[in-house]
Amino acid sequence: MTKFQIETPLKRARGFGSGKTGTGHFWQQRVTGVAALLLSLVYVALLIKLQGDDYPTVLATLGNPFIAVLMLAFLGVSVWHMKIGMQVIIEDYVNQPFLRVLSLMANSFFSALVGIASAVALLKIAFGA
Amino acid sequence: MADARLSASRPLSPHLMVFRFILTMAMSIVHRMTGGFLYVGTVFVAVWLVAAASGPVWFARVDGLYQTWIGRLILIGLVWSLIHHAIGGIRHFIWDLGYGFEKKTADRMALFNLVAGLVLTALVVVVATLFG
Repeated sequence: MTKFQIETPLKRARGFGSGKTGTGHFWQQRVTGVAALLLSLVYVALLIKLQGDDYPTVLATLGNPFIAVLMLAFLGVSVWHMKIGMQVIIEDYVNQPFLRVLSLMANSFFSALVGIASAVALLKIAFGA
Repeated sequence: MADARLSASRPLSPHLMVFRFILTMAMSIVHRMTGGFLYVGTVFVAVWLVAAASGPVWFARVDGLYQTWIGRLILIGLVWSLIHHAIGGIRHFIWDLGYGFEKKTADRMALFNLVAGLVLTALVVVVATLFG
């Protein structure tokens, strides 16, 4: 990079071809969106069913392998969907470089933590808490 | 990182202070907001699941907290967010396929999203109260 930089970033990028990853997150957002849309039907039905149930019934329901698989899928897909979704929001509105990197990192940590906590809890119940 | 000077004349992200208030613009913001609510809402799901996995004492504590009126209000708000965001997602898929860009259609889809989200949420609350 020269000291007197008058060329635009576009000019410097031209001729190198695409990074081949430009639409990656766009497509992932769609795939996880379709999956979350279908699985959320199961999730809302489960919410209605569990409403007012006692503890043993809740454990038995969540421990059912079919429900456990669908819930794991729903939470996994949702966490990925929300992680890249929040990333778009941060990239749109947080312009200060330090804050931007910090919030992007916090987003990754938060999403991973929520996903792992839910998965461990669901698996523990599914394998007999 | 993108050069701010170059992006000045390019399309902006949905922004309350920049855009004139119209329904489709407002619904774009609401789609992001409901997404944000659901983002925070996953904490409630994770805490509830971890409590359930931690035994009857923890489950009773957390479930009791969720049964308070403020807890219920938050949960109903999250159910609305989920349903509204899901219908908004369908709207996005329709656009992705190349349909629904006409001004009238876009407005109608936005209104449908708003109304259907509220109606379906009310339906879930009623069904959960009656049969839960």
